[in-house]
Amino acid sequence: MATEALHENETLASLKSEAESLKGKLEEERAKLHDVELHQVAERVEALGQFVMKTRRTLKGHGNKVLCMDWCKDKRRIVSSSQECKVEILRLHWDIQPLPHSLRFFSWKDGKVIVWDSFTTNKEHAVTMPCTWVMACAYAPSGCAIACGGLDNKCSVYPLTFDKNENMAAKKKSVAMHTNYLSACSFTNSDMQILTASGDGTCALWDVESGQLLQSFHGHGADVLCLDLAPSETGNTFVSGGCDKKAMVWDMRSGQCVQAFETHESDINSVRYYPSGDAFASGSDDATCRLYDLRADREVAIYSKESIIFGASSVDFSLSGRLLFAGYNDYTINVWDVLKGSRVSILFGHENRVSTLRVSPDGTAFCSGSWDHTLRVWA
Amino acid sequence: MIEDIITKMQDDKTGGVPIRTVKSFLSKIPSVVTGTDVVQWLMKNLSIEDPVEAIHLGSLIAAQGYIFPISDHVLTMKDDGTFYRFQAPYFWPSNCWEPENTDYAIYLCKRTMQNKARLELADYEAENLARLQRAFARKWEFIFMQAEAQVKIDRKKDKTERKILDSQERAFWDVHRPVPGCVNTTEMDIRKCRRLKNPQKVKKSVYGVTEESQAQSPVHVLSQPIRKTTKEDIRKQITFLNTQIDRHCLKMSKVAESLIAYTEQYMEYDPLITPAEPSNPWISDDVALWDIEMSKEPSQQRVKRWGFSFDEILKDQVGRDQFLRFLESEFSSENLRFWLAVQDLKKQPLQDVAKRVEEIWQEFLAPGAPSAINLDSHSYEITSQNVKDGGRYTFEDAQEHIYKLMKSDSYARFLRSNAYQDLLLAKKKGKSLAGKRLTGLMQSS
Repeated sequence: MATEALHENETLASLKSEAESLKGKLEEERAKLHDVELHQVAERVEALGQFVMKTRRTLKGHGNKVLCMDWCKDKRRIVSSSQECKVEILRLHWDIQPLPHSLRFFSWKDGKVIVWDSFTTNKEHAVTMPCTWVMACAYAPSGCAIACGGLDNKCSVYPLTFDKNENMAAKKKSVAMHTNYLSACSFTNSDMQILTASGDGTCALWDVESGQLLQSFHGHGADVLCLDLAPSETGNTFVSGGCDKKAMVWDMRSGQCVQAFETHESDINSVRYYPSGDAFASGSDDATCRLYDLRADREVAIYSKESIIFGASSVDFSLSGRLLFAGYNDYTINVWDVLKGSRVSILFGHENRVSTLRVSPDGTAFCSGSWDHTLRVWA
Repeated sequence: MIEDIITKMQDDKTGGVPIRTVKSFLSKIPSVVTGTDVVQWLMKNLSIEDPVEAIHLGSLIAAQGYIFPISDHVLTMKDDGTFYRFQAPYFWPSNCWEPENTDYAIYLCKRTMQNKARLELADYEAENLARLQRAFARKWEFIFMQAEAQVKIDRKKDKTERKILDSQERAFWDVHRPVPGCVNTTEMDIRKCRRLKNPQKVKKSVYGVTEESQAQSPVHVLSQPIRKTTKEDIRKQITFLNTQIDRHCLKMSKVAESLIAYTEQYMEYDPLITPAEPSNPWISDDVALWDIEMSKEPSQQRVKRWGFSFDEILKDQVGRDQFLRFLESEFSSENLRFWLAVQDLKKQPLQDVAKRVEEIWQEFLAPGAPSAINLDSHSYEITSQNVKDGGRYTFEDAQEHIYKLMKSDSYARFLRSNAYQDLLLAKKKGKSLAGKRLTGLMQSS
């Protein structure tokens, strides 16, 4: 009873100041362990040779901005999603190039999801979604289903069949329900669970078959834009990034946040684990990418240049973790030397923002998707 | 960030780009810079080594609407003597312009009223005007009047000033109504829309026209009430911070060593750094690499990887099979089978979980279990309690124990075993066994 009374006497202000002083103490403790910079230790590492990376495949088929893509475990199939639009001004038709702000005159719009064999560039499946921006899509580990969602606030799973006559949309299963847009989704190690991130500020784990919510993750102060599952065989954690500039690491079992990082100066658009699972990288609207190590509980590297002034939308590591590929809103892809902190290469090719980027499961290539309606596979 | 750059570029005190008035035939071209000057400035002030990069950045700054070519609707930057002008801050994108089609109609209309060659409508503009005339047929008189009023206002301005303002106004429309085929840089990422400076999207008119019936935009309305921080939120934060302060962390030097070691170990496996053998399918168009990986015969390189960490062998189907076979030879395969069963349990749909929990308990842990695993009493106690609830994390504690046991004991022995060593040294089966053993002995001594 006495402790309760004590709690009641604490004002919001006194609690806030206690939190602030703890933050200061935490920073002090961490700073004690910051004895050297990663790039300094990495000076002894042999420099990488000249990089010649080219577009090896271009996938055309989306009629509008490609927003998201994911690789199948078979190393060659991919699923991609886009914002499509059919434009109609009441009784008036505009031609192919929509007038800016013709959005005002939409009578009907939809998004599209395509499954490709990116090696042959053949489209294998296509689904039209009854919502405009399909911002998230994922391939199931078995390769037999895909998940996607966006402005419909849902994540739906579509089984993939090879029967050309079968209507994919008919077998659709609605799994996740958020109260705002779906920004990211990922299957866990099986086809049976999906992890989602949403503009409603939460992440959630769902049972695919029943659609039941297994666990929810609260803590972000604004929209969650991205997530990535830890690559461990035994781990049950994942990292998420949001518009609150925070990256948070979660325990999937308890729903608790176990670590948090707040050094970015703007929205975090993308997070991806370093292959060992001991660290992760982030890409942000502040035009930088950063590396955070979980054991040091700290930011250990920042990848930036004076000439890079547009946000990084999407990041991924090469198989060894030596290279970090980052797609930017200035239409380019920058390749970073993770250890030395320097830029190894800049890749031109896309004609609009790069919105999504993933390295293939065996690391032989990476795929980028752009607002220029295309996807490119680079190697 | 762009605006800082643009401001700096125009500042002659700190080495900005030279802005001049250029004489041309019978007239003067006021307030221009050359493409080359801009590109040079970018290279010098933003430490850009490659002019291609500087040109790309310059083009983006132009496409966004901060600088524009005076004789072209297409907004790019060229590294030559082409003339560019800086956009007036009034027209900067940061002012959250979302000009209505009525404004655009007024603009195109007034252009037709002015008899100047340089103000003639381009083909696409003429088409747009025709469409707008059809769309706004009923209120065209109003638009026409507004256009006339604008022309009157313009006439009052000084000639040179007018040249500059006309071009800036044109550049503004080139951003908001781009040439067909050009990127529309005003398109927004819908996830970020609602947190803009102007979330209410108060539509201000470029020409001060107030509309009575604003067309309702069917753009997805994303409004989220901002939750106030409560005392509970802060208490949670304090608990979290205290946990973090007590966390044992590694020194940066150790972390750096670990990251470097991991990367160096895997670099030979990274196809984007060390060319894949026989070839990278994406580059050679030959899928030989993938065919080899599908076969049951693992390559030396793949076998070597199993030795990097316990997780590596667990990740690889072929590696797991080899390890299982080894454990069977030691009569301890129940450990791995238990671990695999628990992994599988976590992949089950919710409705099947309870059943699988019971099956695993019966097979591995119940008294008299056929594949009894060895757990310490504490772990056994926890697990038998968990089984009563039958959830997917029932065996977490037990699984962790068995994992550690296998890792420190069986896995270590497996790596030293003949079975593994033979694979590692790529010894072919069916050759002289005696000869092999001898070699093996010699190598291990």
